[in-house]
Amino acid sequence: MGEFFYMGGYAFHVWTSYALAFVVLFINIVGPSMRHKRNIQSASDFQQHNGTISDDT
Amino acid sequence: MVVFMLLGVSIATALALKAFNENMMFFYSPTEIKAGKAPVEQDFRLGGLVVDGSVRREPNSLTVLFDLTDNNEVITVRYDKILPDLFREGQGIIARGQLNKEGVVIAIEVLAKHDENYMPPEVSDALAKSEGNKE
Amino acid sequence: MMKWLHTMASSAWFYRFSGKVIPWLMTLFVVLFLYGLYGGLVTAPADYQQGDAFRIIYIHVPSAWMSLFVYIVMAVYAFIALVWRIKLAEVLLISSAPVGAAFTFMALVTGSLWGKPMWGTWWSWDARLTSELLLLFLYWGVIGLYAAIEDKRTASRAVSILTLIGVVNIPIIHYSVEWWNTLHQGASVTMTDKPSMPIEMLIPLLVMATAFKVYYAISLLIRTRAELVEREPNSKWVKQVIEESNHG
Repeated sequence: MGEFFYMGGYAFHVWTSYALAFVVLFINIVGPSMRHKRNIQSASDFQQHNGTISDDT
Repeated sequence: MVVFMLLGVSIATALALKAFNENMMFFYSPTEIKAGKAPVEQDFRLGGLVVDGSVRREPNSLTVLFDLTDNNEVITVRYDKILPDLFREGQGIIARGQLNKEGVVIAIEVLAKHDENYMPPEVSDALAKSEGNKE
Repeated sequence: MMKWLHTMASSAWFYRFSGKVIPWLMTLFVVLFLYGLYGGLVTAPADYQQGDAFRIIYIHVPSAWMSLFVYIVMAVYAFIALVWRIKLAEVLLISSAPVGAAFTFMALVTGSLWGKPMWGTWWSWDARLTSELLLLFLYWGVIGLYAAIEDKRTASRAVSILTLIGVVNIPIIHYSVEWWNTLHQGASVTMTDKPSMPIEMLIPLLVMATAFKVYYAISLLIRTRAELVEREPNSKWVKQVIEESNHG
């Protein structure tokens, strides 16, 4: 097991690469999901205040 | 707007192309250096293969001397920093530095180039063995 | 009026459709990604020259492939957006840019982490590395330009033009290792030639590349949904979506 984490002496380079992939892939799912939720919320607030549906977008 | 963008992109492209070509220009083979084509008192890049059995280390220091060849001429390179892990005999190497009076290149940077082949050690051993059998 | 109906319908339809597809894609991605990780880190043998540092390939190469793939897809959206003025293509275009930038960034950083021990340098201004860096700037340029223009239809048009101009960089990146004397080696896996690595090294690479493609679809769909709601907060379909979520 220790050998696995040691990566033949390239632990820093290999694990940093994989960690970076995790972080970047995570951010690009969670970030837009939160933005989606925010946009739905503000659209909901907007419609409650106005009550009408306009033709233009 | 469009003109501005076109301009931006074409300037970037032109700069990139110029950079590539300059890199090409300052790239010399051992044969060219032996023929006196390399610049004096100015950095240039030298490419070649490490000659088998030519790597010698100076005792108690990182300094290493090795020969590079283009299978025609041979140039000796001296380097005093840590070599890349891919540095080994027969490997393609790019050294950057200046020529001294003895015709030795004093390198300030040594880069190893590798090819596109990947394989497990057992396969490479087997390949080497079969090559050996053919000879 | 017809055009308005058409675009409304397609936004609403796309939103609902993508909502159904995302969980499936997510499952597929997790399975492929875990398999790719296991294959790349455990079952694939170390390289005869590079040892375990070679394992960076399973992040680096799929990212680099995706950095090109996403850009080509964006160019297609840009063309559709310019010629047929289809709003959904505009939204798909701008929603792809951050994912493409993320893949490009990953390719550059993992390449650097790989280059330092093997080549002996973090960075070299060789043709492959420089043109890939240019690609990152192109992605950032697209994102910045879109953010800078207030009216989103105008912004989309500008971004489409920039994307199409930037397409010239794609063949430069791809062929850079053949056209110039680069530090970066040639391609190991191509469409036409036999790959220059054994099957037990190749399979995790292809699985990881597929995982990244699925990932792009997921991230793109989520972004597109967010962007659609942001562009049309007052539309009928958004109102319906909100009502359904309140009742559900």
